[in-house]
Amino acid sequence: MNRMSQKAAYPYIIWIVGFIIIPILYIFSYAVHDENGLTLKYVLSILWTVHRKPLFLSLYLAFICVIVCLIISIPLAIILRQVQSRIVIFLFMLPMWMNTILSILAWKLLLAPRGLLSHFLPSVSILNTVFATELGMIYDLLPFAIIPIHTAFAAIDEDVIRCAWDLGANRWQVFCKVMLPLARDGIVSAIVMVFVPALTSFVVSDMLGGGKVMLIGNVIEQEFTNLMDWHLGAGLSLVLMVFVLLSTFILDENEKNEYE
Amino acid sequence: MKRLSVWMVVLLLLVAAALGIGLFAKKGQYASDGLVVLNYGDYIAPGVVDMFEEETGIPVIYEEYETPESMYTKYSSHSINYDVICTSDYMTGKLIEEGQVLPLEWENIPNKRWINPVYDEYSASFDPDLRYSVPYFVGTVGILYNSDVVSRDEASSWNILWDEKYRGQIIMENSVRDSLIPALRLNGDSINDTSKKALDPALELLSLQKPLNYAYLSDDAMYEMIMGNANLALIYSGEANAAMLENEALDYEVPMEGSNLWIDSWFIPKSCAHKAQAEAFIDFMCRPDIAYMNWDHVYYTTPNTGVYDMLDEDEQSDEAMFPPNDVLRRCEVFRVLGDDEIRTLQELWKQLKTS
Repeated sequence: MNRMSQKAAYPYIIWIVGFIIIPILYIFSYAVHDENGLTLKYVLSILWTVHRKPLFLSLYLAFICVIVCLIISIPLAIILRQVQSRIVIFLFMLPMWMNTILSILAWKLLLAPRGLLSHFLPSVSILNTVFATELGMIYDLLPFAIIPIHTAFAAIDEDVIRCAWDLGANRWQVFCKVMLPLARDGIVSAIVMVFVPALTSFVVSDMLGGGKVMLIGNVIEQEFTNLMDWHLGAGLSLVLMVFVLLSTFILDENEKNEYE
Repeated sequence: MKRLSVWMVVLLLLVAAALGIGLFAKKGQYASDGLVVLNYGDYIAPGVVDMFEEETGIPVIYEEYETPESMYTKYSSHSINYDVICTSDYMTGKLIEEGQVLPLEWENIPNKRWINPVYDEYSASFDPDLRYSVPYFVGTVGILYNSDVVSRDEASSWNILWDEKYRGQIIMENSVRDSLIPALRLNGDSINDTSKKALDPALELLSLQKPLNYAYLSDDAMYEMIMGNANLALIYSGEANAAMLENEALDYEVPMEGSNLWIDSWFIPKSCAHKAQAEAFIDFMCRPDIAYMNWDHVYYTTPNTGVYDMLDEDEQSDEAMFPPNDVLRRCEVFRVLGDDEIRTLQELWKQLKTS
């Protein structure tokens, strides 16, 4: 049996080495060397104003995106505990099955100066702004917050909550002291699932930002495609990876402390 | 274990067979006596290649590419030996400078006489002795505007792109060289000037302009203008002509401060194995009836006087399609840039986009 499972692991090992480890090593090697030998200048280029600004903008937008997604998902999860409507959760999942590019394109048409929105609010033009980019990101990533949070809240035993009521807790206390701690895992994974793609996003800003919103993802994409500077692109990717690992690490630690 | 090795052998044989078929097929395709033509995507009228094959009996393998840079990569890889290539001025110039282009025998291209000599001095900027290239389509960079909102007078100066009145209604090209044209010309500098003295004030102008922009777009600019989402766009005349067909209110103007003239030309690269046939192909492209078919399909400015003569007065007087001499006189062709210059421009672009 043991040997069987060892053999069964081979395809996964090939997958991990071929498609995860080797590409990361490639990025690492591009980031720390060029034709003149080893160098840190590509990694440190994140300190240049033209890279620092997009990084801060990405962090800022990712942060807002997480907050908004949580504000929407948590009340929804609590409502769904009572209503238990499969159709509602299904409808919230539906956009996930559609191609991101297509749904963002629909937003673009909706927000355009001669788009649908302009019939109701003729003076408002938000396409090609940071706001439109944030809106698109939230729309795109909301399902990734709803799923884990809904699952976590749905798994809370009704008896535990009744217990809290019996013992004299008010609504606020039931929510803060009972439900939130029990749903903690779901909330943490929702944060990671929203924050990481938001931080590395570049398609949404490309389509809804009109070339005026430069996130760190856009800068990296430009380095690899138009500017053909793979070293710089890899250097910035490495920095971004550190931010991603850092955020998941902090949340992981947080979770561990809870159990101790 | 024995079974495993049997399977391994079978697998290896399959892989080898697949590789063999692949190589063989590729060889079969290109070893034939065909003329390999490389052109921009959708840049020839359907049927023209078939007509050439029928008339001359020369089989053609027709290939396409997206950007001059990708063409350069394709050509430099030497995996296919191209016989005739069409590309943009600065890339043609780069290949001529690198000694990758063969001189043309003009007696094999009698239809060259149809090409308007007014473009000679412009071609000379990348092909100094006019020995290597034949213009295919040409065009300018200018302002496409909504004539219901913007007057022709206003559009005749680049200053309009800095007019507070049109905040949020201006589309700029999403490319550094094109977007620099208005800024450099307003400051009285050449569009080919990459000195700090010219670029610093140009960047300042573009940064002032950024908040007024609706967006930086490339291919989408045309559609946004047709839909009426913006009222002004810095755009290529070819796209402007297409947009004007779709939306009557649109008009095109090359501002008086001057702009860019681009020339896409045919040339024969060093990899050519069938030079006489390649020249026959270029000659065919210059023949007025064929040039008319291509013009009608691509709808960019044709340098072919034979085509011009076939048109009625109305079409001939379309200044967006056939730029008059005074417009041409204020236009320059993009010069080939060195790697350092390209890097400088791209740094500047990044500064503008992240500001």
